[in-house]
Amino acid sequence: MNNRNNTISQGVDWTIIWLYAILVSIGILCIFMVEYRTDTNWLQTFLSGKTNYSKQLIFAGVCAMVATFILLTDSKLFTAFANLMYAFGILLMLATFVLGKNINGSKSWIPLVGGFNLQPAELCKIFTALALAKFLSRQETDFTKLRSQLIAAVIALTPAVLSIAQHELGLALVYSSFLIAMYREGLPAQILIFGSSFAVLVIATLVVDPNTLAIALTAIAALILFVLRKQIKKSKGLLVLIIGIWLFCVGTQRFVVPYIFNNVLECYQSTRIYSMVGKEYDCSKNKKSERKAGEKAARKPDDYNVRQSKIAIGSGGLTGRGFLKGTQTRGKYVPEQHTDFIFTSLGEAFGFAGCFAFLCIYLFLLFRIVKIAERQRSTFSRVYAYSVASIIFFHIAVNVSMTIGLFPIVGIPLPLISYGGSSMLTFTILIFILLRLDADRQMVLR
Amino acid sequence: MPVFNQSRARIVQIIFAVVFLVIVGQLINLQLFSVKYKLAAENNAILRKIVYPDRGIIFDRKRKAILENAISYDLQVIPSEARGVDTAALCNLLNIDTAEYRKRIRELIFKNGYVKPGIFEPLLTVEMYARLNENIYKFPGFSLTERSVRTYPYNAAGNVLGYIREVDPTYLKTHKDEGYQMGDYAGMTGLERYYEKVLMGTRGVKNYIRDNKNRIQGAYENGIYDTAAVAGKNIHTSLDVELQKLGEKLMSNKVGSIVAIDPKTGGILCMVSAPTYNPNYLTGSQQKKHFADLLLDPRLPLNNRGLTTYYSPGSTFKTVVGIIGLTEGVIDLRTTVSCPGYFTGCGTGKPKCLDKGVFDFKDAVAHSDNSYFSTVYKRLLEESKYPSTDSALVGFNVYANSFGLGHKLGVDLPFEKNGLIPTAQNYYKEFGRKIYPCNLISNAIGQGKINTTLVQLANVMSIIANKGWYYTPHLVDSIEGGDEYGMLEAYKVKHYTDSRIPENVFNSVQDGMQAVVEYGTAVRSRIPDIVICGKTGTVENYYRGKKQPDHSFFGAFAPRDNPKIAIAVICENSDQGARVAAPIASLMIEKYLKDSIRGPERKAMEEEFTNKVYIPPLMRQAIAKQDSLKRLKENQQLMEQKLNKKETEGDTEEDNLKEEPVEQDGIVPAQTPTKKPVVPAAPQKKKPGGTVATLPNNDDKKYKRSAR
Repeated sequence: MNNRNNTISQGVDWTIIWLYAILVSIGILCIFMVEYRTDTNWLQTFLSGKTNYSKQLIFAGVCAMVATFILLTDSKLFTAFANLMYAFGILLMLATFVLGKNINGSKSWIPLVGGFNLQPAELCKIFTALALAKFLSRQETDFTKLRSQLIAAVIALTPAVLSIAQHELGLALVYSSFLIAMYREGLPAQILIFGSSFAVLVIATLVVDPNTLAIALTAIAALILFVLRKQIKKSKGLLVLIIGIWLFCVGTQRFVVPYIFNNVLECYQSTRIYSMVGKEYDCSKNKKSERKAGEKAARKPDDYNVRQSKIAIGSGGLTGRGFLKGTQTRGKYVPEQHTDFIFTSLGEAFGFAGCFAFLCIYLFLLFRIVKIAERQRSTFSRVYAYSVASIIFFHIAVNVSMTIGLFPIVGIPLPLISYGGSSMLTFTILIFILLRLDADRQMVLR
Repeated sequence: MPVFNQSRARIVQIIFAVVFLVIVGQLINLQLFSVKYKLAAENNAILRKIVYPDRGIIFDRKRKAILENAISYDLQVIPSEARGVDTAALCNLLNIDTAEYRKRIRELIFKNGYVKPGIFEPLLTVEMYARLNENIYKFPGFSLTERSVRTYPYNAAGNVLGYIREVDPTYLKTHKDEGYQMGDYAGMTGLERYYEKVLMGTRGVKNYIRDNKNRIQGAYENGIYDTAAVAGKNIHTSLDVELQKLGEKLMSNKVGSIVAIDPKTGGILCMVSAPTYNPNYLTGSQQKKHFADLLLDPRLPLNNRGLTTYYSPGSTFKTVVGIIGLTEGVIDLRTTVSCPGYFTGCGTGKPKCLDKGVFDFKDAVAHSDNSYFSTVYKRLLEESKYPSTDSALVGFNVYANSFGLGHKLGVDLPFEKNGLIPTAQNYYKEFGRKIYPCNLISNAIGQGKINTTLVQLANVMSIIANKGWYYTPHLVDSIEGGDEYGMLEAYKVKHYTDSRIPENVFNSVQDGMQAVVEYGTAVRSRIPDIVICGKTGTVENYYRGKKQPDHSFFGAFAPRDNPKIAIAVICENSDQGARVAAPIASLMIEKYLKDSIRGPERKAMEEEFTNKVYIPPLMRQAIAKQDSLKRLKENQQLMEQKLNKKETEGDTEEDNLKEEPVEQDGIVPAQTPTKKPVVPAAPQKKKPGGTVATLPNNDDKKYKRSAR
């Protein structure tokens, strides 16, 4: 331990650090594309520090310092303070209700010095990941037991509930990604399958044409029946199960979801949810609005965001329009393009090839983290690593899906790419704590 | 440590991969297979802007620009940036009040939105521009932008040059394939219309990238898809703007027209249509309002009386009759006819003649003897070689048509009229299938059914001057950069009159016409050092059986030996040809040949005719009617205001109230307004600064005050 450099870099996974650096660089370039104006001297605006890309660079610098600091710490610290930090995080989130600053309609920000704002819900992801890891790595925890599963669920869901209270639906949804980590630790697969299948079904109902979806579901059922025809011959129960599931799916898709939208929800709520996926909801179908007919015509759903986002990405074609040449980006057609819709600038400038390469980097990062997770000796490190992978995966999946119209629009940033200090700091901390833990993987941390 | 879950690592990875595959699938769908997004992106972001080239400039024969482009400045504002502007100071500069300011800003926001620049005040005056330019830095959000407007530096020849106006749907329909769109300007009359293709130039297209609020962000692809605008071609006309201006001045407060032609080239030297309007009145922001004013004016200032109005040419037509008579041999120079006061040939006592006596050909022309030419005409129609009057008329018309009468000449201006040299068919309705020469006798003296435009008449003068040939009268001599559309080809073809007419016949007619000015009817218009050949005409006319003042005609050319100008003048409802039209023509001739009106006597004459007012009685009535209607309306408005006021004040003056409306009904539109008495004959009081006496309408701005 006579050489600091040696201490930091020893055992650290450089692949992850490189991927991290590449992604942050891509992010800054993307923000630059969004902000760029032909008639301004970009160097000057860059140096003035007023533009978002220069701010993002400053964030990156701060993040680098934080990362170094994390790498310098002792990994025991994280296990020791996991619960305390979780409590602190929850406290911060509660504090927003008092100190919160209203940004874009959600009161989830705490103003800091220098005009920066902190979003505790972001940081809480880290604390939750640590707390969950801590809980699952306890000697006395037997995750096969329902009690432990419930406690784990409470740990993950408390910040989610608080996020919903702050009107940050997107952030709340992120906490569901802990299911993946829990699944790895022995959560019955049925819960995950059933949960995600149902979610996919509901979203598909919204996104896809009802008849097309019904045909697709029937086709899938028929395919499964075909594949499993030998087993079905042996047991009629399987056949009943498959047909039952098929009936349930189609029933949900054809009757339950429309029933909820038409009879349970108010017209404006249905409209809003439909418009999130870029669709129009016909209010005349809504029973509740019928009763109040003649009161006020429903506003046309605003699917501007999705439409513009799809146009921007779609106009990229195979190879894109080239760096800084995207007309949709330059024309600022996509709202919030530097934050939640940053993927559109990439899609327009570099096309399908660029997007594919970009997604490959992400996928490589995720696989790498999973690989790291599996080489851990301690449960704490493994659970934590899976949590990190799940969180990042969930962010990417939801963010990209919403820009291409596969998912309703919720405010979720693209990890390390989207503009925003809180988000970048969160992911930096998440990743570098993992690296620290990984560097110390020889130590059994429990 | 739950080792049994190791396999789930693989499953987690598969989940990741599957979700990414779904995303990639949708990306393939969006980026590789959907064309609509690309199209939508282009529609979103590319703004095709048409670049309008400068219209061509029109020059006169001395290379003076008579219609050109001027830079005008508009005050432009971006409402979102104009917040916190010192409104009071700006309003002070613009001479508007803050309420007006707010109203305009509101309208602009309504039309363009907050962030797009809009025109706050169009077409600033020079002083206003200077004032604003100094202070514009004080008003963020406001800026001055250039724009090109048509301008007529000499304020002259509005009827010839024409004007441009925003195209309307009808125009778009008739010019479907010429690439016009709403908001474009196109020539509507005059040269602007006839040479639209040439003057317009080629429009360019610029592709811009625009943002979500429609603001321009820069050129699209560095402008590789742009096409450049090509400026319109300049055209050179044969007009002499000084002559045109003199003509317009002489014709002020009269209704009529002057057309002068260079006989050697057919180039039109001037084409005055009176009353005319200041062409600059129809440029700029108030165009629509001004246009409506002119359109509703009973004097029809927008008419080009030079070629869109028919006139009976009157006695000026006798030259043609004389030429045909001499050619056909029904008379010779020594033939004499006596006139006891009327034409005796038909026994109807018509037409009358003014100078009693015996005339040979020359004197008959000089004194414009009706009997003589009635005799000639009758003899022509009774020629034994023709079996009937019908065929004799056909024979006559062959000659007349070769003088460019009875059909469009093909002048390069729109809306030219045919004129009429009647054939037998024209009389069937009146006289049945069989017509007799006496039915047609009034044609002999250029009345009856004979109709010509003034250009045709000037062209006849030009033919006589040339002794038998002419070029089609035209305005444009050359187009800079070549006559791409072959529009000038027709004006390079020499036309000849009927080949049977020998040159000495023209000489005889010229003798007669010279005598007209030397000692005949137009002796007052003689200029000592210029040999003018002319012919007066006095055309009786009736409106609903009521005799109106005569139309005054004069056709002439000069000098006789080397004709340089052929001219025709009409002054409607004024007086005899010799009294009005002839002096005006002589002044025009002197101006053209000698460059100025020389000597105090002639200058006085110029002044006299400038100041004469000959507004036809019918028009005067219409003007009076319009004025009184206007006054009636104003009065009514006043009354209403008063009424309202009184109602609020209470019913103290109720008795008065009852009477006043009755009084109001007493004003009948037909009554002559007492406000502006019209004294047609006497020259009106001159205003200081040498302005011409104004019309009985106080709208001075519209009409010329050409004297400077």
